[in-house]
Amino acid sequence: MSPSGAELLRRVKSEIEEVDPSEVNELVGEGVTIVDVRGSEEFATGHIPGAKSIPRGHLEQRIEGVAPDRSAELILYCQSGNRSAYAARTLQEDLGYERVRSMTGGITLWKDRGYAVEVPRTLSAEQRDRYSRHLLVPEIGADGQQKLLDAKVLLLGAGGLGSPTALYLAAAGVGTLGIVDDDDVDLSNLQRQVIHSTQRIGIPKVDSAEESIHALNPDVNVVKYQTRIDASNIMEIIEGYDVVVDGVDNFPTRYLLNDATVRLKIPVVSASILGFDGQLSVFKPYEGPCYRCLFREPPPAELAPSCGANGVLGVLPGTMGLLQATEVVKLILDIGDPAIGRLLLYDALGATLTEVKVHRDPECPICSRDPDEIRDEEMGVFPDYEAFCAAAG
Amino acid sequence: MATIKIPPVLRASVGGEKEVGASGENVGEVLRELATAHPATESQLFAPDGELNRYVNVYLNDEDVRVLDGLKTAVGEADTLVILPAMAGGARA
Repeated sequence: MSPSGAELLRRVKSEIEEVDPSEVNELVGEGVTIVDVRGSEEFATGHIPGAKSIPRGHLEQRIEGVAPDRSAELILYCQSGNRSAYAARTLQEDLGYERVRSMTGGITLWKDRGYAVEVPRTLSAEQRDRYSRHLLVPEIGADGQQKLLDAKVLLLGAGGLGSPTALYLAAAGVGTLGIVDDDDVDLSNLQRQVIHSTQRIGIPKVDSAEESIHALNPDVNVVKYQTRIDASNIMEIIEGYDVVVDGVDNFPTRYLLNDATVRLKIPVVSASILGFDGQLSVFKPYEGPCYRCLFREPPPAELAPSCGANGVLGVLPGTMGLLQATEVVKLILDIGDPAIGRLLLYDALGATLTEVKVHRDPECPICSRDPDEIRDEEMGVFPDYEAFCAAAG
Repeated sequence: MATIKIPPVLRASVGGEKEVGASGENVGEVLRELATAHPATESQLFAPDGELNRYVNVYLNDEDVRVLDGLKTAVGEADTLVILPAMAGGARA
């Protein structure tokens, strides 16, 4: 006579080895493969941290993908411990796994014991549609899009460089965009600062930028800092951001930003523009050079023009700002080769891109030291700082 | 004769050219010839002690001459020197 379901389950459990959730809890994060054999919808409601999802119906076809070594330790679980028992017997008897165990009581007992549960976040239907062209790119996909949505990027300035950078990062779904700018929109900005508009002349740039960003992508959280960055506020403003986008027009702020970001180990995507020429580099503290490794000190004020005073081809900050946005996305997704240790020189008139190497300076006054050793009073300071600032007015 | 790429802030000092040629056995000689032909560049390139100003980088092709032999780095006919002073155009922040 064929056994009843209950009898079969008892027999299967007697033929396999079971493991208590308390032992599994000790093994989480220790390199043991844990497989959730429930359906994918059940998995999505919460699972053991780090567990792989292989619904029982796909077990035989997919198990080798997560556990190619049949002698390696393997723990299976389901909702209550029954489906995983059958699955364990299959792996043991039919596929020759030597050290497979089924977790007693399943995720229900696991939760009752108060152990950690990871709930995978999923994109909403609207997000899947909005970011569908990202989801189709293997290097991005749903995981990469989630990284973008979780990312916090700070833009110093909503001007020529910040305008295109902010718009494209917002479109890409970067979740939080901080914007530092104390200026109002002026008619003379609109030749290049495409995040603003004629109707918004006279209003603060941070408000104008926020309006454009939300019109493009309401998902983005815009954090506005209507101020100028200085030694008194920089640490407070930049802390917690994943990447800083630097397009500032003056050297004291650029050095200050460098020193603060080295201290907090925040990568900076830096660009500058003048006339028909642009420069770009990525400064990732302690992995590559910092700005002081590139230029130990700034030029005297008369040799340090800003484009506010000297003019710039209107499309150039677009080109350089989008190169910055591209580097930001690469840093967030951890893909490709960011321009770390390299300075790109773009000549718009010649349509040429030249690259030079930037080395870490073993004697760099800032990044050759431990970040904890960098003191408040030396941040942003360089030789002849007082004279520079006096000459710059 | 080596090619020297002139950065935007120095172009007015060399008659608006983006590139100029100069001869010399090493980086120092090539830059000295540039400074002789275009005297306005001298104080921008060289410190009073004859070394390069700290705010000016010079690259032989793509390599910073400071990690090579500095001003003594040998220069060939087909080489390009890139002069790069720090540049800060952008937005107020």
